[in-house]
Order: sequence, then C-alpha cells, then structure tokens
Amino acid sequence: MDLVLDIVLLSLLLTTAVAIAWTRDLFSAAMLAGIYGLLSASFFMTMGAVDVAFTEAAVGAGISPLLILATLALCGRKQRSDRKRALLALGLVATVGALLVAATLDMPAFGDPTAPAQTHVAPRYIQDSMAEIGIPNIVTSVLASYRAYDTLGEVVVIFTAGLGVLSLLLGMRGARETGTALQAIPRQHLVLRMAAKVLIPPILVYALYVQFHGEYGPGGGFQAGVIFAVGFILYALVFGLDAVRRVAGNGLVQFLAALGVLIYGSVGLLGMATGKNFLDYSALAGDPVSGQHIGIIVIELGVGITVAAVMMLVFYLFSEQLQDRNDAPEQLSPGRAG
Amino acid sequence: MLITSLYNYWIVIALMMIGLYMVVAQGNLIKKIIGLNIFQTSVFIFYISVGKVDGGAAPILIEGENVYSNPLPHVLILTAIVVGIATTSLALALVIRIMRAYGSVEEREIQAEEEKREIQAEQEKREMQAEEVQC
Repeated sequence: MDLVLDIVLLSLLLTTAVAIAWTRDLFSAAMLAGIYGLLSASFFMTMGAVDVAFTEAAVGAGISPLLILATLALCGRKQRSDRKRALLALGLVATVGALLVAATLDMPAFGDPTAPAQTHVAPRYIQDSMAEIGIPNIVTSVLASYRAYDTLGEVVVIFTAGLGVLSLLLGMRGARETGTALQAIPRQHLVLRMAAKVLIPPILVYALYVQFHGEYGPGGGFQAGVIFAVGFILYALVFGLDAVRRVAGNGLVQFLAALGVLIYGSVGLLGMATGKNFLDYSALAGDPVSGQHIGIIVIELGVGITVAAVMMLVFYLFSEQLQDRNDAPEQLSPGRAG
Repeated sequence: MLITSLYNYWIVIALMMIGLYMVVAQGNLIKKIIGLNIFQTSVFIFYISVGKVDGGAAPILIEGENVYSNPLPHVLILTAIVVGIATTSLALALVIRIMRAYGSVEEREIQAEEEKREIQAEQEKREMQAEEVQC
C-alpha cells in the first residue's frame, strides 16, 4: 500500500512539474506550483517526515504561490517562447540526467535499514535523545539542541533574506495617490469575508499549538511561524493591507524579525556567561534535562517570531508594490489571489 | 527489485532535470525561479527518501515502537524549506527591481535594452567630446 501511494504521488509530482515547464501562462504555472507543493507535502507525509510535510504544506502550497502571484501582477503573466535554446538545453539535461541515473545504480535500495545514512549518527539520536534531552520528538531534539548552532545560522539567513527584500523594495513605491496597496474585497463577497473571519482565529490558535507542542508532536518554531504569518496574510487578502497593518505595522514586524534572532542568540550567550559553551542549555537550570527543556522552548519561540515576522514583512513589501500598478490589465484582485 | 528500490531516486533526477531545463532554456525570470524551486524540491525529496527506513515510524518516540525513520534529514530539510522561501522572496524582489529598471522580465529583452542604453551612452559621450573640441 505504501509503495503504491509512493509511486502514485511521485508520478503526479512529475506530471505537475512537466505541466509547469510546458505552460506559457505564468498564472497557471503559479497555480500548478501550489499543487506541486501540496503533492510534495503529501509525499513527505507518506515518508514519515511529519514535521517536513507540515512546513512544506504551509510554504509550498501557501506562501510561495502567493508571492509568485504578487510578482506576476507586477510583471505580466505571459511568457515569450524561446525555441532556439530549447534543443541545446534538452541535450544538456539528457546528458546530466543519464549520468545521474547511472550513479543511482550503486545507491543502497530505498528503505534499506543498513544503508550508510542510517548507521552513523541517527541511531544515537533515536536511542539516547530521550535520556539526554527528555522530549519525544526527535526532530525537535536534533533541530533545537544537538544542531542548535546550525539552526541559529538558518534563522540568521531568513532574517538576512528579509533584510534583503526590505532594502530592495522599500522606497520603491511610485504613485502612492493612485490607490491603496491591497484593497479589501468588496462587501458583496459575503462568503469569502465570513469564511476568512471564521478561519483566522483557529489558524492563529493552531499556530500557537504547533509552536508550544513541538516537543511532543510534530511542530516547532519554523512551522508555527509560517502558519501564524498565513493567518495575517489571509486577513490582508480579504480585508486589505491597511486593515492588517493596523494590527501589526511595518515597524512592528521589522522589530520582531530582529527580536527573534536576538532571543536565540541571547540564550547562547547566557550559556557562555555561566562558563559553559555557546548554546549549552544545561546552564539554564539546575539539572541538565530541564535546562534542555527551557532552552528548547525559548529558542523555538525565537525561531517562530523571526519566521512569522519575516514572512509578514515580505508579504507587506510585495503587496505595497502592487499599488502603482492599478491600471495594469493583469492586475490580480485580492479575491482571485486568495 | 531494482525498479521499486530505485524508483524514488529516478523521479528525483527527472524533477531535478525539469528544474534545470527551466533555468537554462526559458528566458522568463519568474519561470526560472519556479524552475529553481522545482530543482530545490527534488533535493528535498531525495533527502527524505534517503532517510526512510522500511517499516519505520515517524521519528517521535512512543512506547512499543523500535524502528523509526532517520530524523536527521528531516531536520535539514525542514529548515531548508523555510530558508528556501526566504531566498525565493529575495529573488522575486530582484525580479521586481529588474522589471522597474528595464520594463521586462524576459532575458533577451533585458539584453536588448541594455545594448540600446550602451549605444545611447556612447553617442552622448561622442557628442560631449565634439562639443569640447568646438570650444
């Protein structure tokens, strides 16, 4: 059964990818990219990678197509054909693909428990993490404790990317007077407005659950941050950008994006202040295991804050760009984008 | 069985090549970014496939379960997805700036526009020099 599911999902993924490459209409490419994200999330689910499936569902099927759509609204949805290069590229791709296929023939079989990938650090994480960290979700143990230094790097990358988008798009606004950025959808769309109103509170509560339950079930700061941001983005899509910025303004999200990284780094420095190593959580409490608990909760909170703030910041900046494009024929109305 | 034991990897390669094709062959910058995303997702699928253990449960410890999938690839990919969307948004922001600067997101048109501007700049330079000579 698992095998059938695996083959069907991967074939669907392949079909979707071919369709994305084939279509000349970028709007359908963006929509197909959303389907592609949802399919890969389902695939991760069948592989037992619940935390990854979570993240991919929120990012690949939610935020990513939305940002592409916002870019399309500014840059046009028609792609010009480029037949000349196609043949050369096909040759290149076929050669590289054939070499890679030849390389897979030496790979250990799929699902083999004796494969090298399964026999190095993984057994240690699985056998010892309960005694050393004391929480059931091994992914969270590895992410927030064993590899906490690595995760700090990732959070800084996300923060830096947010800064990059900010510096690229801030002050790029043209004719401000032509209209507000992302307007609320008209009042007669009652179903959309009501559905959004009903959905947003559960989304936000769910994000908090994912944030603070990440030690015991699938979840954690990365997933929670994205889900939290999606709640706000949905609000902006239905009730307009100005409405959501009254709740969380540009200044606030910029501040929060930095605050999350600061919280994470401070936990590390706290360890150093008491003579232990950077990010050594045993400094935070009397016994090492409860120190781990506190450390993981705090740094996951930092991760969640930064991720949510950067996602919201990026969305604000992209939708602010839409305002001087109100006369463009390809303009996306918020209702359609949602 | 060779086919079922390597099927995942072959799909990964096919997806990766579709992504590579889009980046190389298609001139539209947005389409290139979508292609890069497909390429990136193929690597995610590869890592998660490598981490799968036959009959293994999701890596959340429960009593009575001894076989788990490898948690390490899950950690790497989970963070990579969020970093991926952050870098994708940076790329899209660059595309918006390119659109503002050149009025197009097609590679060829950008190049044509750039050449036109170079010629214009050269002409202006020559005119300036001519004026200086006259003075």
